[in-house]
Amino acid sequence: MATATPFREVSAAEALELAASGWRILDVREQAEWNEGHIPGATLVPLADLPSRIADVAPDRDDRLLIHCAVGARSLRASAWLVQNGYTNVVSMRASLLDWRRLGGAWEAPEQLLTPAQQRRYSRQVLIPEIGQAGQRKLLEAKVLLIGAGGLGSPVALYLAASGIGTIGLVDDDVVDESNLQRQVLHTSDRVGMPKTESARITLGALNPETSVVEHRERLDESNVERLIADYDVIVDGTDNFDTRYLLNDAAVRLRKPVVHGSIYRWDGQVTTFVPFEGPCYRCMYPTQPPPELAPACDVAGVLGVLPGIAGLLQANEVFKLVLGVGETLAGRLLMFDAMSTEFSEVRIWRDPACPACGEGTIQ
Amino acid sequence: MSTVRIPPVLRETVGGNRTLAAAGATVDEVLADLFANYPALRDRVTADGELSPFVNVYVNDRDVRYRDGLETPVGPDDTVILLPAMAGGAR
Repeated sequence: MATATPFREVSAAEALELAASGWRILDVREQAEWNEGHIPGATLVPLADLPSRIADVAPDRDDRLLIHCAVGARSLRASAWLVQNGYTNVVSMRASLLDWRRLGGAWEAPEQLLTPAQQRRYSRQVLIPEIGQAGQRKLLEAKVLLIGAGGLGSPVALYLAASGIGTIGLVDDDVVDESNLQRQVLHTSDRVGMPKTESARITLGALNPETSVVEHRERLDESNVERLIADYDVIVDGTDNFDTRYLLNDAAVRLRKPVVHGSIYRWDGQVTTFVPFEGPCYRCMYPTQPPPELAPACDVAGVLGVLPGIAGLLQANEVFKLVLGVGETLAGRLLMFDAMSTEFSEVRIWRDPACPACGEGTIQ
Repeated sequence: MSTVRIPPVLRETVGGNRTLAAAGATVDEVLADLFANYPALRDRVTADGELSPFVNVYVNDRDVRYRDGLETPVGPDDTVILLPAMAGGAR
């Protein structure tokens, strides 16, 4: 076992010379920093990943390695670790990358779709290949309308806002009631009596000031449905009655807005996604509107608190895929969740050629 | 015997059961077997002798409306799902 070879710290000017003479450059910063700009040809190995990745990155311990980070602190630690582990040709750049660039060092910066603050805030999802900066940009520009700021709307709104959905509209004319608090996690004890949209705006504003919350303090009806949904990209249906569900369905088909549908009853939940003219709509599934007595509301039938949480997050998941344009949505499938047995199952739903909303003979 | 899954809104009509075993080689026969034991279920699932438009019936994951309706065959290992429209949500 050889004793550790000491390593040198070099200035930016000397680092430039070493790079020009063929030294391998290892960047030990984090992925998010790398994304903002890096030395072309460098290899990213975040400091914490060095022990697990170095064998792949530099299998030969005599490789000439120029280590750098943002200012020279992490590269010092990385270099010390490398020489302790038998690497013989290691130098650490004791200078900032700004110095490197001032001296004319090569630099590659992708077009910045996100501000540095946004990159920090959303870094964990920007890391996901299917999202990245471009996907995050889509989320930041997306406008999602939630029909109902209650049981289903609460988890949907919280997670959409946290992820940086740019605009969240809330349609609800109700006020917070004490009996809502068991499941409607947007609202708090001290807001009983406050309009739900206002309570939601306070909660979401505290969670993510970047999300713009639009309050529509009204009940969806024939006169306002098209105006309400027209400006939004995706509609999340968490209403409590058939009238609203059919009204929303028909308007969404006319305006070609995807609707993420969720419904809950005691221990059971159902979720699906209706994409007009690509998959079935609500009327394809149930052509005729059932009488109101077949829709016992939560205040009559009761509902387990976590159930809207589970169904709502499945809805939020659908919203993300619709906005990002990735993955498989639930279009054409009705997902059913039974909390009592913790079972998921699904049935296929089909476009009905005779559907009065989206069937043949309707304008497409 | 096939397995019939009873949705929560209909469970009160079948003594709270979540699933029932039923005899019959078609949807019609399976339902008749259920109705013989649970007459209250009939009014919630049928109207004028036809399937109620508010209740969908699936054999496994397929809607019988897109197969042979009440004549759709049901095998002993099949699962029949009764699925009425469900609205609960916001309030």
